[in-house]
Amino acid sequence: MSWRGDYFYLFENLILKDFRIRYRNMSLGILWSLINPLVMMVVLTFVFRGVVGEQGNSRVPFPLFVLSGLVPYNFFTAAFMTGTTSIVDNAALVKRVPVPREVVPVAAVLSICVHMLIQIALLIAITLLFGMHVGAQWAWLPVMWVLYVAFVCGLALGASAINVYIRDTRYVVESFNLVLFWLVPIFYSFNIIQKKYQPLYNFNPVAAMVMAMRNILLENIPPAHSLVVNMVIAACVSLGIGILTFRRLKSHFFEHI
Amino acid sequence: MSCAIHFEHVTKAFPHHSGQMLLRDRLRLLLRPSSRNRFEALKDVSFDLATGESLGLIGPNGSGKSTLLNLATGLAQPDGGSIRVNGKVSALLELGAGFHPDLTGAENIRVNAALMGLTRRQVNQRFDEIVAFSGIREFINEPLRTYSSGMAVRLAFSVAVSVDPDILLIDEVFGVGDEAFYTQCVEKMHSFQRAGKTIVLASHNPLLITKFCQRGLWLDRGRVMASGPAQEVIDAYHGALTEAH
Repeated sequence: MSWRGDYFYLFENLILKDFRIRYRNMSLGILWSLINPLVMMVVLTFVFRGVVGEQGNSRVPFPLFVLSGLVPYNFFTAAFMTGTTSIVDNAALVKRVPVPREVVPVAAVLSICVHMLIQIALLIAITLLFGMHVGAQWAWLPVMWVLYVAFVCGLALGASAINVYIRDTRYVVESFNLVLFWLVPIFYSFNIIQKKYQPLYNFNPVAAMVMAMRNILLENIPPAHSLVVNMVIAACVSLGIGILTFRRLKSHFFEHI
Repeated sequence: MSCAIHFEHVTKAFPHHSGQMLLRDRLRLLLRPSSRNRFEALKDVSFDLATGESLGLIGPNGSGKSTLLNLATGLAQPDGGSIRVNGKVSALLELGAGFHPDLTGAENIRVNAALMGLTRRQVNQRFDEIVAFSGIREFINEPLRTYSSGMAVRLAFSVAVSVDPDILLIDEVFGVGDEAFYTQCVEKMHSFQRAGKTIVLASHNPLLITKFCQRGLWLDRGRVMASGPAQEVIDAYHGALTEAH
């Protein structure tokens, strides 16, 4: 398939398309992207500061602490899920238009980035509301997010290709996302984790992203070196394996969707 | 004369299940592999189409016409044999594949033109031309779901020809448009031919094929029954039909 087109223009159009389809029939529009994390923030704060009554690190406002965990987690679950089902969901496109197949899962992940940006804006607004200040370490925010998005793109490429052949894949991803909520320090701090379990968290890129966000936004320091290294490795490995898997499987998409 | 499309001993089979497999089906297949579950859509198909020639594909439903077009477009890979296609291909295989009902006509034009490989500048330059050709200017900012199927075809055809392809592949799309649009399409295809472009047209309408195409290819159950000048192929096809009755 020889497609010589304008990738930038194509991605722009596909992302706009998703955005329009999603929001055109909603009266509240993009507010929906804000309501979910806000509700979760309030509920988790109520449970862990009201109901359970645990006393943690009081220097950091708990709602802000929770939200800085929710935003990376929300992006991961939404992008991984949409990415996984993207090839099957866009069957008409894949079967009828000779556009490079890699475009489909990557565009799916990039479409979720629109919500991600809205949620990041919310997070930053609430950070400033709680009296935090903008610092030089904020320059790390785009770096970390680009690495994080690349990591998720790799996962989406691999999983979307496998999902064409084995349709259960999406349910595995669904369960995985559910379990992940507990394995990422969203409503608890990394410091309270027992030593023997800490390596488990060091190899989890979503946890690394959450901790990096807290370094930058709540502790006013650049992300720890180990976290940056972790994200770089995660992005490279995930993209490498994802692209290879996709390339191997894509030639028979037509027959299987 | 250079060769636009070259098929050599092309074979293509599809698995019988619709492709939708869960893990348990995969495991079953792994434990008990079976080769019976394959349907041969094309068997040993060879032909050459020179640049500037038009080929008409004829044959009953399920004879492999669409599969041939899909392979030529590069959407599917052949199981055996080889395929060479020289030039920029635009395929009109199904009405508005890639169109979304919730987007307006104008938005659908841009998305599809981008999918077909047009750049931003090309789309901006050709946008008015596309709208004019479709003849539905007053509805262009309405969502596609409010369009009649004829209007959707008009839009799809307008975008497909705006790509300025070297090779145009068309799968039975004229049925839905009205008389005026039909005439417009026929004219457009004639102008393509005059410009030395290659056309492959799959149709059940023998008149359309003899009117347009110098060459014909008759397929039946994946095999080439006849290949040559369009009129001869159509005559052979009709001969077989009357014989069968």
